[in-house]
Amino acid sequence: METVVLVKQVPSTELDKIPIDQDMKFKTDDMIMNPYCEMALEEALRIRETHRGSITVISVGNQNAEDAVRTGLAMGADHGILIITDRPDQLWIAKILARELKQIPFDLILAGDRSIDQDSSIVGPALADLLDIPSITQVVGIKIFDSSIQCIRSVDRGTDRVEASLPVLCTATRGLNEPRCLSLKGIMKSKKMKIKKREVFYSQDIPKSKIVSLKYRPERKSGRIIEGDSAAEKAEELIRALTIEAKVIKI
Amino acid sequence: MKVFVITEHFNSKFKKSTFEALSKARRFADLIQSSVTAIVIRSKIENFLQEVGKYGAHKVVFAEVSDSAQYDSNIYTTIIAEIIQKEKQAIIVASATTQGREICARLCARIDASIAMNCLNIRESDQGNLVCKKEMCGGKIISEIELTGNFKIIGLRPGAAEITVANTDLQIEKRAFKVGKPRLKLISKNVNKAEIDLASADYIVSGGAGMGRDDFSLLTKLASLLNGAVGASRSAVDRGWRPFSDQVGQTGKTVSPDLYIACGISGAVQHLAGMIGSKVIVAINKDPDAPIFRVADYGIVGDLFEIVPEIIRDIEKKISV
Repeated sequence: METVVLVKQVPSTELDKIPIDQDMKFKTDDMIMNPYCEMALEEALRIRETHRGSITVISVGNQNAEDAVRTGLAMGADHGILIITDRPDQLWIAKILARELKQIPFDLILAGDRSIDQDSSIVGPALADLLDIPSITQVVGIKIFDSSIQCIRSVDRGTDRVEASLPVLCTATRGLNEPRCLSLKGIMKSKKMKIKKREVFYSQDIPKSKIVSLKYRPERKSGRIIEGDSAAEKAEELIRALTIEAKVIKI
Repeated sequence: MKVFVITEHFNSKFKKSTFEALSKARRFADLIQSSVTAIVIRSKIENFLQEVGKYGAHKVVFAEVSDSAQYDSNIYTTIIAEIIQKEKQAIIVASATTQGREICARLCARIDASIAMNCLNIRESDQGNLVCKKEMCGGKIISEIELTGNFKIIGLRPGAAEITVANTDLQIEKRAFKVGKPRLKLISKNVNKAEIDLASADYIVSGGAGMGRDDFSLLTKLASLLNGAVGASRSAVDRGWRPFSDQVGQTGKTVSPDLYIACGISGAVQHLAGMIGSKVIVAINKDPDAPIFRVADYGIVGDLFEIVPEIIRDIEKKISV
C-alpha cells in the first residue's frame, strides 16, 4: 500500500491577529501543520500498520513548507518531498502535484478537507481530477480492501458509505481520528532524514485566482451584560432586546 | 458572459443553498446584463424543475443520468464541463456545500478556471474584473480574490446570500450526455434527523463544556422554538456529548447565523473562529471573565440551566398570546 499525504503549513490557530506583510502574505514564525493534514497523515500511519507499504508526505509552498514535511516525517512518514513555488494559487499547486505524482506509484492519496487559513477545499479534488481518479471528500471512516476502499463521508445531511476501486484521493475531516503527538524519538529521527527538494517557477499561462486584499475583521463592539434580580428577569430582558433592539427574532 | 448555476437537490427538492446561488447569480447577471442558466442533473425530469425560474434562472439545462451516477462527482464534472465549454467565457456559481465544493474543485481543474470558494459576495472591479469576498483563518481575516481567465468559478458560502424571487419565464432544454460508468458506488445513506442543517441555519443554539453532560435537550428545545439548529464547542464534542458534525469552530463548521446563542462556552480563539461572523451573539456563562463575553452583543452571567428554561418559557408565553 503506497500512500501519499498532502501537507500544508498554516498560521497557528492560537494567533488572534496574524501578521500580514506588504505582499499580502501571512508573516509569522508561529506556524503549525494544518490540523486537517494531520488527520490525513494519522490515517495513513494507521493504514500502514495493517497494510504495510510506505508513506510519502509532500508539500508545495514557500520555504516554510519544509517544516510541514519535517513534521510529517517526525510523525512517521517514510519519505518527504518539498516543492517550492512562487505562486500560491490552488489550481497551480494542484498542477504541480499532479506532475509530481505521475512519477511516483501510489494507491491512495490523503489530503486535509481544507486548510484552516484559506478555507477553500480546492487542491485535493482538483488534483484527483488531473490524475483522473475518484475523490471522496470529508471522510470520517476508511476501510481498505484488496484493491478497493470503503469510506464513510460526512455530507450536509448525515453520512454516506461509498466504495471505489483504488487509486483514490480522500480528504480527511474531524471525526476520522485523533492525530498522535510528536515523539522526541520521531523528531530526532526526522532530522536525519533527507527531503527531496525542487523548485518550480510559474510558467504556464493558467487563469489566476489572486488575493487582492487581506484585512482584519473589524472588532466586534463589546455588547452589554444583561442585569436582573432573577433568571426570569434576565431572560425576559434578553428576549425584549433580541426582538425590539436587535430585531433578530420575531415573536 | 453567461452565468451558470450548478444546482443541488435532496429528496426531490432543491436545497435552500441552491436558491441562494440562483438568487445571487441572477442579481449579478442583471448587473452585468447577462442571463442565468441553471444546470440540473437528475434521473428524471420533474415538476420542481420550474422552481429554478422562480429564483432567477432564464434557462435550465436538464441532464438525465441514472440514479447510481448521482453520487459520482467525476460524472457531474464531465457533464457540467461539456455544457460550459460550449461557451467562450462563463461565470459558474454554486453553493459551497460538501458536494458543491468537490464539483467546483474538480471543474476548475477540468476546464482551467479561476476559482474562489466559500464566498460571501461578488462584485465587479473598476477594471471590470470579478472580485470575490471571503473569510480566511476562521473569519479572523476578510479577503478579496480577483478571478481572471475565460472561466470563473464561485462557490458561495451556504447562508451568505439572500434569496430573492425573480419569477422568470423558464426555458427548458433536456439533453443527453455520454458519461462513463460511475466509479463511486453508494452503499448506504444515513440521514440526520435534524431538519435544519447547521451550516445554513438562521438560528443556532450551541453548548460547551458548561453543559456538563450529554443531555442537550434543553438546547434542542430552544433551537426548535427558534426554528434553528444545535451546535457544540470542541470541548463538548471531545467529551463525546455531541457528534463531530455539530462542532462549530476552527476544526469544525464555520457558521454565520442571524443569532448565535452560546451556552456554557468559554470562547476559545478556535471556537470564535467558527462563529465570529454571526449577526448577533448571545453568551450565557457562569464565569463573568469568560472570553466569549468580549464578542457577545448580549451576555448573561448565570447558570444556563436556570436561564435557558426561562428563555424558553418567555418565548412560549409570547407565542401563545
